[in-house]
Amino acid sequence: MKDIKKLIEEKHDSVRSLFEKGGKFEKWYPLFEAQDTFALTPPDTTKGMTHVRDAVDLKRVMFTVVVALIPCLLWGMFNAGSQYYHYSGIETNLFATLFRGAWIVMPIVLVSYIVGGIWEVAFAVIRKHEINEGFLVTGLLFPLTLPPTIALWQVAVGISFGVVVGKEVFGGTGFNILNPALTARAYLFFAHAKDMTGEVWAAAKDGATGATPLGLGASFGGEGLNVTDALADRGFTFGSMLWGLEPGSIGETSAIAVVIGAAILIISGVGSWRIMAGGCAGLAAAGVLMNLLPSEVMFEGEMVKATTWTNVPFFYHFVMGSFLFGIVFMATDPVSAAATNTGKWIYGVLIGVVTVLVRVLNPGFPEGVMLAILFMNVMAPMIDYYVVQAHIKNRNANLRKFTYAKG
Amino acid sequence: MGHLIDIFVRSIFVENMILAYFLGMCSFLALSKKVDTAFGLGMAVVFVLGITCPLNYLIFNFLLKDGALATGVDLSFLNFLCFIAVIASTVQLVEMLLDRFFPPLYNSLGIFLPLITVNCSILGGSLFMVERNYNFLESTAFGFGSGVGFFLAIVALAGIRNKLRYSNIPPGLRGLGITFILTGLMALGFQCFSSISLLVP
Repeated sequence: MKDIKKLIEEKHDSVRSLFEKGGKFEKWYPLFEAQDTFALTPPDTTKGMTHVRDAVDLKRVMFTVVVALIPCLLWGMFNAGSQYYHYSGIETNLFATLFRGAWIVMPIVLVSYIVGGIWEVAFAVIRKHEINEGFLVTGLLFPLTLPPTIALWQVAVGISFGVVVGKEVFGGTGFNILNPALTARAYLFFAHAKDMTGEVWAAAKDGATGATPLGLGASFGGEGLNVTDALADRGFTFGSMLWGLEPGSIGETSAIAVVIGAAILIISGVGSWRIMAGGCAGLAAAGVLMNLLPSEVMFEGEMVKATTWTNVPFFYHFVMGSFLFGIVFMATDPVSAAATNTGKWIYGVLIGVVTVLVRVLNPGFPEGVMLAILFMNVMAPMIDYYVVQAHIKNRNANLRKFTYAKG
Repeated sequence: MGHLIDIFVRSIFVENMILAYFLGMCSFLALSKKVDTAFGLGMAVVFVLGITCPLNYLIFNFLLKDGALATGVDLSFLNFLCFIAVIASTVQLVEMLLDRFFPPLYNSLGIFLPLITVNCSILGGSLFMVERNYNFLESTAFGFGSGVGFFLAIVALAGIRNKLRYSNIPPGLRGLGITFILTGLMALGFQCFSSISLLVP
């Protein structure tokens, strides 16, 4: 191990002068720097008195998220493979399933990394900022939110939009307002709606539609059926949706894989538990409130049946669709989320509430997590501003009390 | 009642004056640098829209509409003129109130307060009200809702621009350029409410 490290160090030192100011490859310094700091400890340290002493830097933080995403990625591959064989009607073994899944999923991930990486390097070279590991997360999060049947050129277009308009126009990592991966997904969602939602798996077997539980639920709601029973008819029970062997986007189907990732994020302190807890509380509360809505409502003087989608038990909302994936990996993005502790609670709770509102009350979209998080990303700076103002006000009041007490 | 709430909520989130129709962009872009100023302008717009919509409803339906004064008299060609006059006088009223009770806000709003008169979203509110055949209560709900929508959008944008002050934005995009991109991205966020409806058809 030591020898390898020494070898890398020597190699780097021998070419370092080429990349530094005045060197032959001065323009490509960001590339060298990225490689250098990724493999080795950066040579530049803080001189003089420092405030924060910590081994964790942006690279380690971002890498923790990548590690936390691995269960989702693996399960996503397995699920993609099993859906593929299920809908082509072939019985097969575990190994072949996993291989087929990797065959479907890996190109999507690779295209996302390569195309996004090209943009990242281009901006780093022209604007002379460092290449950031934030991209490792964006480039992996984005493919995990796509259906496995997506065309590769759409992946390329989506990640280009996400990286350039979502992040680089604001100055790169740390300055973006919306989550870049979600911006990319929202762009694809509105530009190529029919490839992003609905029945993504072509059915080879009779009676198999390939719709996601959420899509099914929304359509049953309109027909006035009991959603829970109707879902169970199609083989979607709470337990099956918890495991997540079902059609859906690559990374989000299994609640269990997401919870493993969440545990890694919370224990390492990388993801904010306040946002996750707030989001779950908001979702549960809004789900229960929806159950209280009357099943028949007055409309233009007539009683009509309300959507039975409102009657779904609240815990179903956790396992259907991608709420957990969104709140754990997307909403906790430290750049676009609220930064104050009180703000994080408000932000999380509202994401949960808006998600349920969109799912139940908006017939346009079956799933609301993506748009709920984008909406709250827009609102987060405002929430922070007012939280800070309230804090200043409180402190001033206390200060006054204190001075009065002293006389 | 449910119908009125539906109009109110729709005009805030779904048919947001700024993020769905892109009306009233000038003051939206110019006065969103500071949250306090944005808050003040937002409140002024809520007030003016909330008052002018029902006022213009009364004027349109009892004076201008075809056959409202006497049979065969159609004065609806005057509606732009009358609406603008009502809006201008309401703005004068707001200006005097602010000058008397909130001088700091009055000073920070500056020229943009009288300019609310020609704010597209306010005239737009009145014209939408006519076009959609709202009744008196509906136009009140619509006016206040649109105002609150404007308020929410401009305060959110001001919060974001407050945060953007520390960003390293490419030189060509600084200022208005990035604000336009931001407005587009905000509209993307507001998409989550499009086609939402509290009433089941």
